[in-house]
Amino acid sequence: MTAIVVDGLRKSYGAVEAVRGVSFQVEEGEVFGLLGPNGAGKTTTVEILEGYRKRDAGNVSVLGIDPHTGGRKFRERVGLVLQEAAVPPMLSVTELVELYRGYYPAPRPAAEIIELVGLTEKAGERVRKLSGGQQRRLDVALGLVGDPELIFLDEPTTGFDPSARRAAWEVVRNMRKLGKTILLTTHYMDEAQFLADRICVIAAGKVVAQGTPETLRAGSEQLTHVRFELPDGVAVTALPLAARLDDGVALIETATPTRTLHDLTTWALGQGLELPNLEVARPSLEDVYLELTKNE
Amino acid sequence: MSSAGIAARQVSFEQKSFWRNPASAFFAFLFPIIFLVVFATLFKGQQVQVGPVKTSYDDYYIPALVAFGVMGACFTNIAVTLSLRRDNGILKRLRGTPLPPWAFIAGVVGSSIIVSIVLALLTTGFGILVYGVHVPQHIGAAAATIGVGALAFCALGMAMTIVIPNAEAAPAIVNGVFLPIVFISGTFFPVSSTSVLAQIAEWFPVRHFINAMFTAFDPAHLYSNGFNGNDLLIMGAWGFGAVLLSSFRFRWEPRKS
Repeated sequence: MTAIVVDGLRKSYGAVEAVRGVSFQVEEGEVFGLLGPNGAGKTTTVEILEGYRKRDAGNVSVLGIDPHTGGRKFRERVGLVLQEAAVPPMLSVTELVELYRGYYPAPRPAAEIIELVGLTEKAGERVRKLSGGQQRRLDVALGLVGDPELIFLDEPTTGFDPSARRAAWEVVRNMRKLGKTILLTTHYMDEAQFLADRICVIAAGKVVAQGTPETLRAGSEQLTHVRFELPDGVAVTALPLAARLDDGVALIETATPTRTLHDLTTWALGQGLELPNLEVARPSLEDVYLELTKNE
Repeated sequence: MSSAGIAARQVSFEQKSFWRNPASAFFAFLFPIIFLVVFATLFKGQQVQVGPVKTSYDDYYIPALVAFGVMGACFTNIAVTLSLRRDNGILKRLRGTPLPPWAFIAGVVGSSIIVSIVLALLTTGFGILVYGVHVPQHIGAAAATIGVGALAFCALGMAMTIVIPNAEAAPAIVNGVFLPIVFISGTFFPVSSTSVLAQIAEWFPVRHFINAMFTAFDPAHLYSNGFNGNDLLIMGAWGFGAVLLSSFRFRWEPRKS
C-alpha cells in the first residue's frame, strides 16, 4: 500500500514559485526523509500534505484522501509534529495529553505515550517548567496520542543538543516499530541517514535526487578522495599522479581508486617512502547532498 | 464524545489555563476590583447626573464596572491570549487535530463568560456590602445584558486579533483601542450625553453596554423592566459584525515575516 502519492505538485506565493513540480511516493510503514536547504520548498510541500495549504496544481493523496478537503476524518488518521509549535504552558504533561486524547476516536493510553517520549518522570509537572527539549518531546507525544497511521515530523530535532537528538531518534525508531509511516523533513544529513529508509532531496522547489541512502551515495558522480601528508623533501610535482596540495596534505581525486592506490603505493615503495596518514574516503552522504544542492 | 462534551472539555481547559496564569488572572480579574476601590474612594459621597436622574456615584459606578469587568474578561483577554497562542503555534497545532474549530471557540467564549459572571457577582456584592449601593432592580435584565455584552465583546476580541500583527504588539494595540473608548464612554465617571466625547462614544459599543447595565440596575426605579433595547441592539450589531469578520479573516497561523 502507498501512504502518500505526490504527483506534479506546484505552489507559488505571489511571484515566487516555492514548489515546481514535485513528485514522490511514500510506502506504508517506511520512514521517508525529505531533505533540502532552507527555502527549498520542503515545508511548503509538507504543509500541503498536512492540509494547511492549498496546492496550485498537481495531485496529492494522503492515506487515499485529499488533505485539503479531508477535514476531520483525515485529521483523525494523521499525527503532526510541526516545525515551530509551542504547547499550552499552564497544564501538566498528563493533563495536556489527556486533553488531546479527547480529540481522537481511538487514542493510545496517556501513560504509554508519555513513556514513549521519555517524560514519565515529568508527568505531573506544569508544561512551562519543562526544558525546551522536553517541551519538544511533549509536542511529539501530542502528535502520536491519536494513534495515527501516518506521522509528519517537520525538523523534529532542530536546536537539540546531541544527547537530546539521540533520544529523539530513538523515539522515531520506536514509532517505526509500531508500524507507523513517517514523513520526516530535516536538513541534517546524518539524521536522514540514521532514520530514513528512503530519501528525497529537494532543491529550489524540485526533486534533485531520490533513493535509499546507499543508492544516493552509489549514484553520485563524485570522486573518491585519496589523501596523505606529503613526505619531507618530496615536491608535489614529483608524485606520479596529479595532486592538489593543501596545508601539507596531498589530495588526489579519482574515479578508479584501486588503480590510483596501486600506482601511488608502487611509486612510494620504489622510492622507499612511507606516506603518512594515508586515507581513502568515499564521498559521504553529506558530500553528495552538498553537491546536489550547491547551486542554492 | 458528544458535541456538548467536547465543548465542556474545552471550557474546562480554558478555565485551568486562565486561573493558573498570574497575568490573566491579575489583569482580567483583580484589575476591576482595584479600580472599584480606587474610584469609589476617590468620589466618595458624590452625587452624579446620569441622563435624567441624580444618583450617588457608587450607584452609577458599580454597574459601569460590571460592564468594564465583562469587557476585560472577554475582549481584552481573548484578543491578547489568542494572539499569543497564534504566534507560538498553539492554534496552528490545534488546527491539525480533529478538534472542530467551533468547539475550540466555544471553549474560549464559555470560559470568558464564566469569568464575567464571577466578576459581575463579586463587583455587585462588594458594592452592596461595602459601599451600600442599591441591589440591582432587574436581575433578569442584568443577566441578559451581561450575556449579550459578553458574547459581543468575545466576538470583538476575536475580530481584534485580525489586525494584531504579533503577540508582542497585542497588549499595546488592544489597550490602545480599548482604554480611550472606555474613558470617553464614561466608565469611571459619567460623561454628559450632550458632550462631544459622548457623541463620539455613541458610535462604539462600550457606552451602550454601560448604559444598558445602568438601566438594568436601575437604582432610581425609573424603568418597568430594565431592558434597554436600543443599547442592546447596537451592542449586538457590533458583535454580529465581529462574528462575520472573524469567520472570513480569523488567522490560525502566525503572519510570516
